[in-house]
Amino acid sequence: MIRSTHLTQRILAAIAIVAATALFASACGSSNGGDSGSDAAAASCEVGQLDGDLALFNWAEYIDPEQLEAFGAEFGIEATMTTYESNEAMLPIVSAGNSGFDVIVPSDYMVGILIEGGFVKPLDFDALPNFSNISPDFANPSYDPDQKYSVPYQWGYTGLAVNTAAIGDDFPRSWDLVFGDQAADYAGQITLLNDPRETIGAALKALGYSLNSTNQSELDEARDLIAGTRDNLLAFNTDSADELLTSGESVIAQAYSGDAFTQFLETDNPDDYAFFVPEEGGTRWVDSMMVPFDAPHPCTAHTFINWLLDGEQGTALSNWNYYGTPNKASIDGLDAELSEFLTSPDVLVGGLDSVESIADTGDFETNYSDALTEAKG
Amino acid sequence: MAAPGNITEPKGITRHLLRLNSWLVFVFFYAPIVILVIFSFSDNRNVGVWGGLTFDWYRDFANNEPIKGALTNSLQIAVVSTLVAVVLGTLAALALERFTFRGRKVFDALLYLPIIIPDVTMAVMMLLFFAQLAQWFEFTKGFGTIVISHIAFNISFVSVVVRARLAGSDERLEEAAMDLYASRWQAFRYVTLPLIMPGILGGALLAFTLSLDDVVITQFVTGPGWDTLPVFVFGLIRKGVTPLINAVSVVMLVASTLLVALSLFIQRARSTD
Repeated sequence: MIRSTHLTQRILAAIAIVAATALFASACGSSNGGDSGSDAAAASCEVGQLDGDLALFNWAEYIDPEQLEAFGAEFGIEATMTTYESNEAMLPIVSAGNSGFDVIVPSDYMVGILIEGGFVKPLDFDALPNFSNISPDFANPSYDPDQKYSVPYQWGYTGLAVNTAAIGDDFPRSWDLVFGDQAADYAGQITLLNDPRETIGAALKALGYSLNSTNQSELDEARDLIAGTRDNLLAFNTDSADELLTSGESVIAQAYSGDAFTQFLETDNPDDYAFFVPEEGGTRWVDSMMVPFDAPHPCTAHTFINWLLDGEQGTALSNWNYYGTPNKASIDGLDAELSEFLTSPDVLVGGLDSVESIADTGDFETNYSDALTEAKG
Repeated sequence: MAAPGNITEPKGITRHLLRLNSWLVFVFFYAPIVILVIFSFSDNRNVGVWGGLTFDWYRDFANNEPIKGALTNSLQIAVVSTLVAVVLGTLAALALERFTFRGRKVFDALLYLPIIIPDVTMAVMMLLFFAQLAQWFEFTKGFGTIVISHIAFNISFVSVVVRARLAGSDERLEEAAMDLYASRWQAFRYVTLPLIMPGILGGALLAFTLSLDDVVITQFVTGPGWDTLPVFVFGLIRKGVTPLINAVSVVMLVASTLLVALSLFIQRARSTD
C-alpha cells in the first residue's frame, strides 16, 4: 500500500491543525475566564439554606465517606466527593468554568492564585455562624488577608522526623542536625524532601531568612547550604521519606507532620520516633474550603462548610484523617495521641511565630526549582 | 515473505543466545508483575517489605467504597467508550481503505491527531472545548464528558488496528462475492467482517485498556462523582502507597487476562465452526 502523503507532510499538517485549534481555544478560554471571573458575585444565603446536592472536590482520603454521607442524610440531599491529586490538577478544572463543584479544598498559595484569578466566590459569613469556632491562629492568613474567600479545613507542619531509638534524645532541636557539622555523624541516614519550596525553604529558615524569600543572594546561600550537606544524605525523597525512617534506612528525615505521625503509629514502637519543627522555624500549611465562582449550589456549599465547622464534626474529621484541626471547639474530643501531638510544645520548638505558610512567589518559583536542581548537583 | 518452513533455525551458540535473550525478555516483562502480585499478600504497610502472608488488602479492597465506586465508574466508561469507538473506528478504517473521496487525505491526517499529540495537549483542548460548550448548552460534566473524550482518542487507535488488517486482506475476495450475486451488505457481512474481526477485537481490547488506563485526559474532563480508578489511585499516593494498590492492580490484571482469554476462545470457537 503506497500513500501519496509522506509522513512528514502528514505530521506538519497535524501540527498546523493543533496550533490553529489551540489558538482558537485559548482565545475563547481567556475571554471566558475573564468574564466569568469578574462576575463572581458574593453568595447570599440563609443559615442552613439548601439549593441542591453537594459536589465536593477534595484530596483523596481527606474526609470519611461516612461523614459525608451523614451530612447528606441530615439535610436530605446527596453529597458526592471527587478527588484530585495536586493543587495544579484542580486549578484548570475550576478556572475553565462549569466544573460542577460546590466546594474545593486548595492549599495556602493556591488560595491566593484562585482569588487573584477571580475563580472563587466571596463567602457569606452570615451563613457561617460556626466560623467563630476557628482559632485566631488561623484567621486572616497572608493569602486571604481580609478572610473573604476561604475557611481553614485542616493543617500541618513540615519539620524533622527522627528515630530517637537510634540517635538518642540529646540532639539540638535545630536544622543544624541536617545542615550543620552534626549531620556528618548521621551520614547516609538523612533524607530531605524533593520539593523546591520545602527543601530550599528549610535551608532558608536555617539561615534565618523567610521561606518566601525572593532575594536571589539568599536563595544562593540556601542552595550552597544544601549542596554542602549533600554527601550526608541518603536521598532527596518526598513520597516514601516516612517509610524509609520507620524501616530503619534513615534516622533523620525532613517530613510532613501528619504523614510522619500516621507512619509512627503503624510501627510497633511509636515512642521510638519524634517529630518537631526546628527552633529556626519551618512550614505550616493550611488547606482551606472555598466555593468556585460558578458553583451550581452555593447555599448548600455554605451549609456544608458551616456544618463541618461545628466542634463535633471537626473532631470527627481530624480523628479520621489525623491532620490538625483549626477548630478550637474540636480540640477536646480528639484522640489522646493526636491531641498530644498537636499541642505538645516539643513539636513546635520555636513557637507559632517561627512558622510560615508557603506563599505564591509568581515568576520567582522557577528560581526555587533551579536552586534545588543545582543543589542536588 | 518466505513460508515459515523455509527459515533455517540457527544452530550452535546463536541458538542458545537467542533462547537466553527471549527468556530475559520474558523476565523483563513479567518480573514486575510477579513482584506486584507477591506483595499484594504482604502483611506490611510498606510496599516492598515482606511481612508475612495476609489477605487483608483484598478484604480492604472489598470494604473500600470509594475504590469500588471508582472501579465501577472506570468499567462503565471503558465499556461504553469502547463500543462506540469500535463502531466509529471500524467505519472510518473501511472508508479510508476501500473508497476514494474528496478530503480523504485531510481526514486521514486528522485521524492520526490523537495518537500524535501529547495527552496533556488533548486534555487541555477537551477542557476548553467543554468550557466553550457550556456557554451555549447547560450540562454537567461527568460520565458524558469523560466518555466523549475517551471515544475521541480511541477512534484513532481502533481505526489504525483495523486498517492494518484491512490492508492485509484481499479486496478481490469481496469482488468475487459480489460477482456471485452477493449484495454490498452481504459481501461485507459474510466476507469482509469475518476477515477483519481479529483486527476489530484487537482494536477493542486496546481501546478498553487505554480507557481504563487514562489519567491525564480524564482528570481534566471529570465532573462531580466521577472519579475513575487510576485518577483515584494517583490521589492516594499523596498519603503513601500501601499494598492495597497492589491488590487492586492484581484484581484488574486477572480481569483483563480473563477478558483476553475469552476473546481468543471466542475467535477459536468461530474458526473451528
